[in-house]
Amino acid sequence: MDDQAFYRKLYQIRCFEETVLDNFPKGVFPGTTHTYLGQEANAVGVLSNLAKNDIVFSNHRGHGHFLAYGGEPYLLFAELMGRSTGVCGGRGGSQHLHWNNFYSNGIQGGIVPIATGMALAEKRKGNSTIVIAFLGDGTLGEGVIYEAFNLASKWHAPILYVLENNRIAQTTPIEMTLAGSISARFSAFDIPFCELETSDVVVIYQKAHSWLNYVRQTQSPAGFILHTHRFGPHSKGDDTRPLQQISQMQTQSDPLTIHGARLTPESRTFIESEVKVEIQEAFQKALNDPFPKVLTEC
Amino acid sequence: MLTVLESLNQALYQVLEDDPLALLLGEDILDPYGGAFKVTQRCSTHFPDRVLTTPISEAGIIGVATGMALRGFHPVVEIMFGDFTPLIADQVINHLAKFRWMYNDQVRVPLVIRTPMGGRRGYGPTHSQTLEKLFLGLPGLKVIAANNLAAPGDTLYFAIRYEEDPVLFIEHKLLYPLSIFNESDDLKLLSLSVHSQSNYPIHKFIVNNAPPAQLTMISYGYMAELARQALLRLAYEEEIFCELIVPTQLSPLDIHPYLESIQQTHRVLTIEEGNLTLGWGAEIITRLVENLSPPIRIARVAAKESPIPASPPLEEDILPNLTDILKAVRVLMDPSQ
Ligand SMILES: Cc1ncc(C[n+]2csc(CCOP(=O)(O)OP(=O)(O)O)c2C)c(N)n1
Ligand SMILES: [Mg+2]
Repeated sequence: MDDQAFYRKLYQIRCFEETVLDNFPKGVFPGTTHTYLGQEANAVGVLSNLAKNDIVFSNHRGHGHFLAYGGEPYLLFAELMGRSTGVCGGRGGSQHLHWNNFYSNGIQGGIVPIATGMALAEKRKGNSTIVIAFLGDGTLGEGVIYEAFNLASKWHAPILYVLENNRIAQTTPIEMTLAGSISARFSAFDIPFCELETSDVVVIYQKAHSWLNYVRQTQSPAGFILHTHRFGPHSKGDDTRPLQQISQMQTQSDPLTIHGARLTPESRTFIESEVKVEIQEAFQKALNDPFPKVLTEC
Repeated sequence: MLTVLESLNQALYQVLEDDPLALLLGEDILDPYGGAFKVTQRCSTHFPDRVLTTPISEAGIIGVATGMALRGFHPVVEIMFGDFTPLIADQVINHLAKFRWMYNDQVRVPLVIRTPMGGRRGYGPTHSQTLEKLFLGLPGLKVIAANNLAAPGDTLYFAIRYEEDPVLFIEHKLLYPLSIFNESDDLKLLSLSVHSQSNYPIHKFIVNNAPPAQLTMISYGYMAELARQALLRLAYEEEIFCELIVPTQLSPLDIHPYLESIQQTHRVLTIEEGNLTLGWGAEIITRLVENLSPPIRIARVAAKESPIPASPPLEEDILPNLTDILKAVRVLMDPSQ
């Protein structure tokens, strides 16, 4: 991918999520949502390396993963709005997505052994497909993850665990609930890992490239730890952090500013205006779609 | 007028104040957030040593709290969504619910697990379920369902402070903002608790100045509020007179408090938000039929056999509503059916 294409993807996620948050109070979206603001470079950097059949298992904060995987904004908007045209016909909503080889679920941790099993299944089939599973720092509290790491290591599952450490879980800062280091959790199971403290999509892309190759070639698991920043609330309107802390993160580690510096201002503006139109059209199209028909009578 | 949320919140605060053995544990329960549904608000500010925010480790926290309970504390654990109770099932089923009996009555596990259940908020398949039926009929565990009647906070307070056995305390999400209902000009609220061995209230609604009831509705939690609305509508608009029984303790089940009413009405409708098959209503009805002589006409209102969809019209279709209750009552009252 070239610099323009990276910027377009990053901005697409940003614009999508801002549209979601702006329209939530209008009652367009039922339920709740978790936006990916600030973390865009992780999904774009990692998933821009995917081979055609690779599998992605995502979590509650999955819109950015879905878009970076190549999912259409329109199909995601429609799902979030509960329309019949959404990726799961409106059944799933924000946290429960499936499209091609992309999956997500809303129960923390439970997806990790499942993604590991998918990796083992693909390996048994004898193809070179690998799995990328996303999980957050807070989710390291769930014990089933360590059962999965152990199985993955012993059975050599071709999976990359992408650990997005935004240093907070809902409202709880990581220092309050996480003992020990994140990387030691991988090394305890002899799973090699890469650890990055950056919001630069190009750096993440390059590192992910070699680590995905490693997983594919050795047919064994690896950890990919990304220290990152959540700019928005956990879901909507529930941020208990001081504003100053958030604005500091935004000035220092905005993936759009960091990567945007590689583009001319004209090129940035051009991409942004195109993406804005794309997102606005996708939003409007979904909004005009029908709700699913109620068929059951039992 | 207090809301259910305020009543429960005050009870937690009060029990921390009154009972030095009480502890609160749960995810994101500290101020200023005060829990995903705000039920623990103010508690950590005033009792910082006894309100413990936890990692996302449902099974682990329940186990740790069980250990504390076995050694004399009165822990209260909040499981953020009832949908996460399957994660604690092993701790509950194979550990904490067994200890008292398995150790020949030598120990007690005074633990309360609070959790919000229920749908109608568009949260989708993993954040909307009514799963208490998975924990009903489990020897050693009490399942209590909050309602918006009388004083739900008192029920919670009692469970935490005085209960010797583990309690799963169910709070339907839609109850939180409701005002607590006592009595009105139209409805009289009676207590059936004297007929029961339970320490938890059993409420009965009758329509004031109505002829004898022709049908008994039995419901709990948020569905009991819908049933109460149905009761009034039927009385005023259709001259169908019912009474409504609202138990707080779902399990273990004591059928005796219900018998007198159904003996008089010969018609019973159970109303629950969980799905119909092998549900709470099935057990209630079976017990009634076993204990009463025919004829009894029976029906159940419950959710359809489906996970809970996110899309609002689909969710609305799956979950039982006021119209479903009214329809079911009319069918039961129709002699030709
Ligand atoms: C088993 C389970 N417990 C709790 C929750 C509620 N919950 C959803 S997201 C979240 C925080 C997750 O934090 P983290 O893993 O760090 O991901 P982040 O939100 O920071 O992306 C919590 C507690 C859940 N969905 N599933
Ligand atoms: Mg986090």
